[in-house]
Amino acid sequence: MEKKKYTRRDFINSGARISAAVAIGGLAALTLRNFQTEEMVWQIDPFKCTQCGRCASNCVLPISAVKCVHAYDLCGYCDLCGGYFKPGVKDLHTGAENQLCPTAAIERKYIEEPYFEYIIKEDLCIGCGKCVAGCTSFGNGSLHLQIRHDECDNCNECAIARVCPSDAIKRVPASTPYIIKGDFIAEDKGKWENKA
Amino acid sequence: MKNNLRKYYQKSSRIILLLMLTLFTLSLSAQQQRFPKPEFETGYTQPSPSTPEPRATAWEYVDIAILLLVMSLAAWFILRKRSRKGILWLSIFSLVYFGFVREGCVCSVGSIQNMALTLFEPAYAISLPIILFFALPLLFSLFFGRVFCASACPLGVIQDLVIIKPITLPNWLNKTLGFIPYIYLGLAVLFAATGSDFIICRYDPFIGIFRMGAEFSMIILGIAFLLMSLFVARPYCRFLCPYGVLLGWTSKFSKHHLSITPNECISCKLCEHSCPFNVIDEPTEELKPEEKIQNKKRFTLYALLIPVWIFVGGYAMSLAHPFLSKAHPDVYLAELLIEHPELKNDTENLDIQTFLSSGKPMHQLVEEAKLIRSKYNTASWILGGFLGLVIGIMLMNQFVTRRRKDYTPNKIDCYSCGRCMNYCPVKATSKLSKEDKQSV
Repeated sequence: MEKKKYTRRDFINSGARISAAVAIGGLAALTLRNFQTEEMVWQIDPFKCTQCGRCASNCVLPISAVKCVHAYDLCGYCDLCGGYFKPGVKDLHTGAENQLCPTAAIERKYIEEPYFEYIIKEDLCIGCGKCVAGCTSFGNGSLHLQIRHDECDNCNECAIARVCPSDAIKRVPASTPYIIKGDFIAEDKGKWENKA
Repeated sequence: MKNNLRKYYQKSSRIILLLMLTLFTLSLSAQQQRFPKPEFETGYTQPSPSTPEPRATAWEYVDIAILLLVMSLAAWFILRKRSRKGILWLSIFSLVYFGFVREGCVCSVGSIQNMALTLFEPAYAISLPIILFFALPLLFSLFFGRVFCASACPLGVIQDLVIIKPITLPNWLNKTLGFIPYIYLGLAVLFAATGSDFIICRYDPFIGIFRMGAEFSMIILGIAFLLMSLFVARPYCRFLCPYGVLLGWTSKFSKHHLSITPNECISCKLCEHSCPFNVIDEPTEELKPEEKIQNKKRFTLYALLIPVWIFVGGYAMSLAHPFLSKAHPDVYLAELLIEHPELKNDTENLDIQTFLSSGKPMHQLVEEAKLIRSKYNTASWILGGFLGLVIGIMLMNQFVTRRRKDYTPNKIDCYSCGRCMNYCPVKATSKLSKEDKQSV
C-alpha cells in the first residue's frame, strides 16, 4: 500500500491537535497550583450554623444526610435539657408532647441524680436542627449538626450549601471529615479539636 | 442530707432554666459552656460521637482507572475491532457503574465548573481526580474521537440505550438548537467562576434517576428527556451538553477517528440513514466555478464580520449583567434589601433574618455585592464576545466548500457509537486485497 501524502490539511490538523493538547495540559497545570491529591467532602461548621432548618429540606437525599451529633465532651447532662424539652414544659417526663424533636430521635437515659444522657438515634434524625437551636440557646451547645458521610452522596455542589443562609457548609479534606465541637473549658474558648 | 442538698440543687437549677426558657431569646452567638461537665460517681463512661468515614479517596482513583479502561476499550472497539456490540456492552457497564453505583459525582461534564472555579477562586482547592476527570476524556477525544460519549458518560449512554425510532430533524433546527450548548457552557463557566452556582449539576436531568430520588421537578425533567430520547436521539448531548462543546473541538482534530467503512467507500448509500444523530456527512456535489467564487467572497465577508459579532455579543450580554449577577446570593440579598427594605421585618425570610442577626453591616454587603457585579460586567462581556464569535464562525462555515467523495462521520458531532459501521458492506483491507489478487 502506498503511503498517504502528508497534505496541508494534515499539517493544520496536527498543529491544531498539538495546540489543543497543550491547552488542556496548560489548563490542568494552571489548576495544579492549588490542587490536592485528597478528595474534598462537605461539612457544616457548627460555629457558623444558625439552625435555620434548611438542612432537613434541601438535601438531595429523601432523608437528609445532615444529622444531629452529640459532642458529649461539652454536654452538661442537664435534667432540663433545652435540646430535648419544648420550652415551658411543666413536668420533665418523656411524653411526646414534651419532646422538641419532631421525630423523637433523642433518647433520654437516666445516669445518676440529677444527670441524664441524651443519645441521638440517627436513623430517626432528619437534621432539622430544632434540638440544636434549643441546646445552643439554653445549654452548652453540645448538640450540633454534621453531615454524616455514610449517608452523604458528596454532590459536586451541595444542594444545602447553596441555600445555607449563614455560609456554614464548606469543603473539608476527606481525611478530616468532621468538625465536632470540643470542650470549651478544657481548651481555649472558640477553638475546637477535630476528632476525626 | 446529701439527697436533700441534691434535690435543692436540682430544683434551683430547674428554676433558673425555666426562667431562661421563659425569657426565650435567640442568642445565636452562644458558644460558652454554661453548665460544667458533671463528675459522675457511678462509673459512667462517656461515649464519643461516632464519625463514619466518607468513601475512601482511593475509590476516586479506582474510578479514574475504570474510566481510562473503558475509554481505551472503546477506542479499541471502534478503531480496531469495529464492533458496535463491544461499545454497547461497554455503555451498559458505564451506565451501571458510573451511573447507578457511583451515583454520578464528580463527572466530567460537571468538572468544567470545578476547573472554572479553581482558576478564578484561589481559595478553592481542587482535587486531582477532578482534574483527571476533566482532562482525560478531552485527551482521548483528541486522539480517538468522542469515545467518552459513546461508552463512558452515564448521561449519554442512558439516552443512547433508549433510542427506538430516531427521527431526522431539519437541518436549520439542528443547527439552531446546536447553539444552546455554547450558551450553557458560557453560563456554566460564568456562574462557577464567580462562585455563584453550579448550574450543570443543579439542572442535570439524569442524576435523580441514578440516585433514585431528587426534586420532583428534576425527576419529571429526567423522564421527559428519556421519553424524548426515544425519538430524538440523545437530546441532552446534542442540544445542551456543555462538555460536548469541548469534546467537539478536540474531536475535530482527532488523530484517529471512527470511519464508516473499513476500506474505500463505494458510495452505496446504505449507511446514509444509519446514524440516529444525523451526523454523517454526505459526499458533496461539484460546485460550478462561479458558485465557488461567490462562496469565497461570502466566506471572506462573514470572516470580516466576526469582530462585529464579537462586539455586538459582548455589548448585548453586558446589558444583561445586572440580571445575571442575581445568581450570586450576596448580590441577590443586597438588591432585595435595597428594593424592599420593609422585608427586614419579615420574620419568615430566613436569608434576611440570618443576615440581620449576623451583625454584618449593610454597607459591607452592598460593597461586596458591587464588587461581584463589576466582576459580572467583565465576565459578561467575555461571555457575549465568545457567543458572538461562535455565531460568526457558524455563519462563516456555511460557505466553506470542502470536497468530499465519501460518506464520512462529522468528526465534531459524531459520538463514535459505531452504529453506522454495521451498515457498510465493504470488507476490511486484508480480505479484499486477497480477492483483488485472485481477480487480477
